[in-house]
Amino acid sequence: MAIDELEKKLRPPEVALKPYPPKVITLASGEKMVVREARREEIGVLLGTVFPLIGVPTDYYDIVAARMYSELLGWYRYRVANEFALVGAINGVIAGIVTSRHVSDKIGMSLHTMTIKRGLRIGAQLFAAKMENHIDILGEEEVWIVAESPIGFKRWMIEYQLEDRSDKYPDVRHELGGVPTFVLTRKLWNAVRSVKCTGTRPASEADLKSAARLIMPSEYPQIPDFKR
Amino acid sequence: MAARVGIVGIGHTRFGNSSEYDLADVMAYAATDALQDAGYLAQRKEIDQVFVANMASGMFCHQSAVASALISRMDMEPVPAELIENGPASGASAVKIGYMAIASGMADVVLVVGGEIMRKVNGWSATDIVATMLDTDTEYNMGLTLPGFGGMFTRLYMEKYGLTERDLALVAVKSHDNGARNKYAHVQATCTIEAIADGPEADVVNNYIAEPLRMYSTCPVSDGAAALLLVNMDSPRAKQFAKKPVRIAGVASATDTHCVHNRKDPLQLNAVRIAGEKAYKMAGLGPKDISFAELHDAFVILELAISEELGFFERGKSFLAVRKGETRIDGRFPINTSGGLKSKGHPVGATGVSQVVELVRQLRGEAEEGRQVKDPKYGMSVNFGGFGNNVAAVICAKD
Repeated sequence: MAIDELEKKLRPPEVALKPYPPKVITLASGEKMVVREARREEIGVLLGTVFPLIGVPTDYYDIVAARMYSELLGWYRYRVANEFALVGAINGVIAGIVTSRHVSDKIGMSLHTMTIKRGLRIGAQLFAAKMENHIDILGEEEVWIVAESPIGFKRWMIEYQLEDRSDKYPDVRHELGGVPTFVLTRKLWNAVRSVKCTGTRPASEADLKSAARLIMPSEYPQIPDFKR
Repeated sequence: MAARVGIVGIGHTRFGNSSEYDLADVMAYAATDALQDAGYLAQRKEIDQVFVANMASGMFCHQSAVASALISRMDMEPVPAELIENGPASGASAVKIGYMAIASGMADVVLVVGGEIMRKVNGWSATDIVATMLDTDTEYNMGLTLPGFGGMFTRLYMEKYGLTERDLALVAVKSHDNGARNKYAHVQATCTIEAIADGPEADVVNNYIAEPLRMYSTCPVSDGAAALLLVNMDSPRAKQFAKKPVRIAGVASATDTHCVHNRKDPLQLNAVRIAGEKAYKMAGLGPKDISFAELHDAFVILELAISEELGFFERGKSFLAVRKGETRIDGRFPINTSGGLKSKGHPVGATGVSQVVELVRQLRGEAEEGRQVKDPKYGMSVNFGGFGNNVAAVICAKD
């Protein structure tokens, strides 16, 4: 078997996902954050952004960063099916990243949410954008979600009042492992969308241009005296 | 005649998340800072008395006897040390009791340290622990919390006086402008009125906490400590300090009904008004003499309501002054020059001491560029315990 034939066997089948329309959110600081889909050619910048946080145990940044790194790398090397990543960028600098996967027409698999610039609810905005993509754009009926940190549990499971499906284990089992699986259904999303999800569309040309080239952060509040 | 009491040393940690540290260590940091400021660290065993302000280390940190712990951390035995607890007004109560110890002649040099580590527990638990200061039967057991009270108080005020949510946001923008320049503040970041009130995304960016209070109407949960070294200005010992004293011109406290529902008008903060009147009388001053104020804005509505009770503005009119920018650092009467609890943070046991540290910094002219009040003569602080049931006020003077 030719090598390229073998590679073809290793690669997962891909579905062309409907693109996520970019939007702009004015953060409390007055800064404008563009939320848009990351492109395949930008994965290197995302990997470079996430990598330093693998060594930060506080608030479980280490496990989230390590797993997100592998998800992004898996996407880059064609080992994950139907993955997407959304980025929040302020003047092009990456402020946060979310990763997720389209499993079927009915189910989305939320992977990770990484906030780099803290204190402005960037993670909350990006998580909401991810749910928006799953249900409103890709048309899925529900998104399966787990939390690896207490902050995540509070932000998603409690604030969204997600449906606890742990009693259906292993029939409903998130692919990240045995952590109890919670679900955002379309009904729940409809109930919380207006208070959780925001952003102005269409994003202006100027705003889109500001985020056209993604830039790795030069400082991390999680890593004092960070130098790249 | 009672001795005059002055402040010769101030100390402060950066408020924020210190949950990985021991409370006594955090307090010792602030105390050391104050003693170094006064040039008195080496002589610390000559201090006559230490008062430690803390609200709930037993619940937040599973730790009691923090006054004893602090003394040992500081290698200060056998200096006497006691704990003062008055809810979130513990700090100013400790300042008052420190003042009384000197004024009574029992002590010449008193160290007051306030501290709290709140972030060892999660946000819900912190809210619950703070709520234990409410009346057990009629409030706490009914599920009331401080943000809940803040929300109801704000709603009443809005209906009576026409305050809007945008007015609350204006207070937050002003306080964050100050806090962004304060090296000790928890949230050293500005916010804009467009982002938190006017813009299309404001409802989500500045989400409700306890309607009509939003995230930017509410203080963060913070860790931290602050310290003051008080001295008898009429004692020969007053000459041995590195810094000229800032005089405590007035200090007083007052109480109101523990249950808010027992008040004739819940919008009247009687304990604030009475504590303020007593402090004014002791200082021989009135509201017009005060140059700036640090007011207990655990919820920004309290900055407005307290400023009215103290006579800085007419009742129901303070938000109109905010609209005109009068309470900004360059305004007619700056309020919460430190950023207030909203931006600087609110480690409950530390807050009252921290407010007085800010009075001293301003009166010495030591505030950072951009948040120094121009030529202040008198500063006033109000530290609010419970939902206004035990309040302490302090007036400091630059003589």
